[in-house]
Amino acid sequence: MRFKVQSIILALVLLALALAPIILSKYWINILTEVLIMGLFAMAFNLLFGYSGLLSFGQAAPFGIGAYVTALLIQQKFGGFLTVVGIGTFTALLASVVMGFLCVRRDEIFFAMLSLALGMMLYTIVHNWRDVTGGSDGLPVFGIPHLDLFGLSLNVKSYVNLYYLVFVIFLVGAFFIYVIIGSPHGLIMTSIRENKLRFTFSGGSVNNVRLFVFSIAGMISGLCGSLYCIFTRMASPEMLHWSFSAKPVLMTILGGSGTLFGPAVGSLIFFGLEQLITAYTTNWMIFLGAILVPVVLFFPKGVLGTLLDLLQGREK
Amino acid sequence: MNRDFILETQDIHHSFGRFKVLQGVSIKVPYRQVTALIGPNGAGKTTFYNIISGRYKPTKGKVIFEGKEITQMPAHKRIRIGLSRSFQITNIFSSLTVIENIMVPIAIQMGMAYIFYKRLKNCENLYQRAYEVLKLIGLQDKALIPANQLSYGDKRLVEIAIALAINPRLILLDEPTAGMNPEETDRMIGLIKDLAQETEATFLITEHDMKVVFSLAEYMYVLHQGALLAEGLPQEIRENKAVKEAYLGGSLDA
Amino acid sequence: METIALYILNGLSWGMLLFLISLGLTTVFGVLGVLNFAHGSLFMLGAYFSLQIMRLSNNFWLALVFAPIFVAIVGAIIERFILKRVYRRNVSYQLLITFGILLILDDSVRLIWGPAYHVIDPPQILSGSINVFGRAYPVYRFFLIVVGPILGIFIWAFFSFTRLGKVIRAAAFDREMAAGIGIDVNKLFTLVFGFGTYLAALGGALAAPHQSVGPAMGERVIIESFIVVVIGGLGSYPGAFVGALVLGIVESFGTAFAGPAQMALPYMLLAFVLLVRPRGLFGKEV
Repeated sequence: MRFKVQSIILALVLLALALAPIILSKYWINILTEVLIMGLFAMAFNLLFGYSGLLSFGQAAPFGIGAYVTALLIQQKFGGFLTVVGIGTFTALLASVVMGFLCVRRDEIFFAMLSLALGMMLYTIVHNWRDVTGGSDGLPVFGIPHLDLFGLSLNVKSYVNLYYLVFVIFLVGAFFIYVIIGSPHGLIMTSIRENKLRFTFSGGSVNNVRLFVFSIAGMISGLCGSLYCIFTRMASPEMLHWSFSAKPVLMTILGGSGTLFGPAVGSLIFFGLEQLITAYTTNWMIFLGAILVPVVLFFPKGVLGTLLDLLQGREK
Repeated sequence: MNRDFILETQDIHHSFGRFKVLQGVSIKVPYRQVTALIGPNGAGKTTFYNIISGRYKPTKGKVIFEGKEITQMPAHKRIRIGLSRSFQITNIFSSLTVIENIMVPIAIQMGMAYIFYKRLKNCENLYQRAYEVLKLIGLQDKALIPANQLSYGDKRLVEIAIALAINPRLILLDEPTAGMNPEETDRMIGLIKDLAQETEATFLITEHDMKVVFSLAEYMYVLHQGALLAEGLPQEIRENKAVKEAYLGGSLDA
Repeated sequence: METIALYILNGLSWGMLLFLISLGLTTVFGVLGVLNFAHGSLFMLGAYFSLQIMRLSNNFWLALVFAPIFVAIVGAIIERFILKRVYRRNVSYQLLITFGILLILDDSVRLIWGPAYHVIDPPQILSGSINVFGRAYPVYRFFLIVVGPILGIFIWAFFSFTRLGKVIRAAAFDREMAAGIGIDVNKLFTLVFGFGTYLAALGGALAAPHQSVGPAMGERVIIESFIVVVIGGLGSYPGAFVGALVLGIVESFGTAFAGPAQMALPYMLLAFVLLVRPRGLFGKEV
């Protein structure tokens, strides 16, 4: 029963998203594009936080790497859309393997701090390495290559085309994460979160499994970074700062870490709030904090989680 | 190296800082002999277990499993070679279902820990094997219940089931009846007796409940203040003066 | 030779300030078990309150005395109504809550005082400079170098010799035991958090004449005090002292020798300690 209702709601939402460009203006379509990119980014973060119990404050690192590599490749006119995004994603994957190798051997606070520290080290390098990265100004991106697939050529500069492309990638990414969660590996991930000691005494290597998840999450983050670079037409150091790493964290808490789409819902709420509040004042962080605190205190399952609970409760 | 013994420890010493917990403990456990390790509180039993299972590396001494030295081997690798353990304080995967608890060690053993592309629900062999273990323990009817909703006694059963799941050669039971009422305790004694007969596993048990120990043990070691006070057949131990004194007049009667 | 001495002096003056701030952070962690992400924001609040009091009274010492007290009250309120509810929860949620408080405080400051930077002059007695190795060195920095250890000794004496100090240490060591022997752990926790906040705010009030007062002050401080506390060991007081000195001196020499890499130095130090010896110099086994 519950499954049917959820599926219907999901289908409706996806339909609405698919039809959005017909109804909404360019401004709002761009907002939705950003919601989807950051939503997938938050869902990747949640693989680490909600499902594996790892609070990472450094996801901006693979994200930013994806962005910068893609920007550099576009500048050098190196290949089509798939190539620049693909290489950006792959580089982020490699970086995550290295970063993960260092981070996963520590728990909780130390893991969070270490991920933050490594992310910030990358930030300072990129921020100061003017010759390659453009320093604090970042890298502007001109001439986004077309997407060439199956003989068709898609002009990604058009905001509608980019929106649909991002939408499709979001769905593919969400499905990928869905498959992972429902796989044997997903069970293993959760068991480590439940009881690290017992997992070790079931024959598993905690560090190796965590490294695996960390790398997957980093790869998806890198993909989001590449897309974000194309969307904003630039790569900037802010994308590597720990305050950027905090965004998927906030979105996941808002939307709920216990469900697949919770973080994406959180992304929608996040940007919705931003639009709503910045109409009146530039100090919208204070509202974000003012909402975050009660959500953590009273609604630990986030908006989506709490809604689903209510739905279930109503049927009983 | 001698292959008549599944487990051998040679002169195990262990200290935490200046505090000496174990001082030269040597035991030899033959295949399929139900062996008990007893001793008053603070004797060092849990530390000894932690060393055998790989949670600690001893300050001095050797641990030999099936003829090979494993003193420095990491804990998770020991599970892979067939050395399993249960815990005194229930240590299960609380929010997973009972059958999922058992599936974790089995999945690892079957090399499925990194399979991220298959649906778990389609892995029939995994479910099958886990169900077999549940039947052995008697929990098959509760397979789909989240583990944190079980009674304490049933949780202890899951605790042991996880250790059994990989078909271990040696299984260390750390106070399996801790916190149980008499009914649950009897059930556990019966279960361990059956398992000792029906499976290939060798059991090494530590216990506080003397009734449990004397019902199950074929051979006993007594640990006191970090050293072996006595060893022998249960009857011998029961009549051993030094052991009785160590327990300060507490009853050794079953 | 002279330049090295000057670098050391610079390292010491910032280091002593960092020591006070980190002492607050490590005390809160040691007793409450909470790593307060908003600690830097409380430092910043101390600087701003100090600024405000000086605008009204034109008296630095008045500000130095009262600003930290007001901020400590804010801290106590935060603990009583927000933090208390998350003690039983996962550490990650504690970090998240304090992060939410950080967002609120940082933006509140922007809202009330505006985004600009403000410069405060040190008081008459401490203004001007002394001749050190042929260079003019600000008197105020000497003041900081001296004030730090003096306060440190007072605090150490407080924890070692007074009854309240011992009670706090007992509660840090074993919360349940302390409650068991009749200590009101709730009130104690509020007090300790207020104390930790006080130290952060005091650091802010002292820092105000040393560096300009602006909304980004908290960000640098929270990272650096994290680093100090990790290097020294979570919950350790001598650790906070040594850690602060190390970081202060490393940064001071970093500005001179490391060029563009200097920004990365604190993070590299943090990563290094977390990888090699997470419990730090004096901390407990992790």
